Amino acid sequence: MPTINSLEDLKKIREEALRKREVKSASGQKQIIVGMGTCGIAAGARDTMKAILDKIQSEGLSGISVTQTGCIGLCEMEPIVQVQIGDGEKITYGKINSEKAAKIIQDHIIGGVVVKEYSITL
Amino acid sequence: MKELSLHILDIAENSISASSTQITIAVIEDIVNDRLRICITDNGIGMSAEMVQKIIDPFVTSRTTRKVGLGIPLLKAAAEICEGFLSIESQIGLGTKVTVEFKRSHIDRMPMGDLPETILQLVVSNPKINFIFIYSVNELEHVFDDHLIKQELIDLPLTEPSILSYIKQEIETGYFEIHPEFEY
Repeated sequence: MPTINSLEDLKKIREEALRKREVKSASGQKQIIVGMGTCGIAAGARDTMKAILDKIQSEGLSGISVTQTGCIGLCEMEPIVQVQIGDGEKITYGKINSEKAAKIIQDHIIGGVVVKEYSITL
Repeated sequence: MKELSLHILDIAENSISASSTQITIAVIEDIVNDRLRICITDNGIGMSAEMVQKIIDPFVTSRTTRKVGLGIPLLKAAAEICEGFLSIESQIGLGTKVTVEFKRSHIDRMPMGDLPETILQLVVSNPKINFIFIYSVNELEHVFDDHLIKQELIDLPLTEPSILSYIKQEIETGYFEIHPEFEY
């Protein structure tokens, strides 16, 4: 069994992450929330979230927190992704598959422009 | 849901909704005895015996709030088709344990699917919950416990690229080291 969670490794990762984060902290914290209720999972939310995490890694995007929520009562619109940048308005996107998720990261998270055609009103 | 890992995600979501602070996911592949067992244990608010019954049988549900989904009954049916079972033990204030078991080689047994990705998503998107992932194949065992990671990186998003890579690697390395070459 490999030794996991060595404290030294973690301290290094911590420092590296902090160093990289400082540069970008001025732009405000970016938050992505993925709906992970039974409805979301059945509609493909895991693939959507995978696309988001993959994109964060491949593009090396810092300062983004990805969290999840349960069913918000819009099961027919799942997979649902919500994006909030800093104190700005929270935008809700519906029926987001992997490709659409990648576009949201590209346009909204990186570019700062809301992807209107995917957004829904609550 | 066509993968067992999606059902695991679904059950873990129930644990999250039940205000758990620690969730243990154990996947036990006993190839010798041809059994596949999954146990999800949490320390959440728990349920009464009556509630457990309602969750298992969806047609008894007095669904006023949509608290109870179809995830559990569907998984139970899938297990029973495969010479297995699903059981729920729960105690109010202490937590819940869901156990599901299959005949591993049964032709109708759902594939596991992307288990490491499922664990990764649960770990990074719930920074306040301690996840323990136990994966065993016959006598080999791999344990991933995110307690130290979350303690050490408490003020950072776990989705920072370098942190994400690290956690992903920690989960995948141990998993693929002992994961059998063939699903069935």
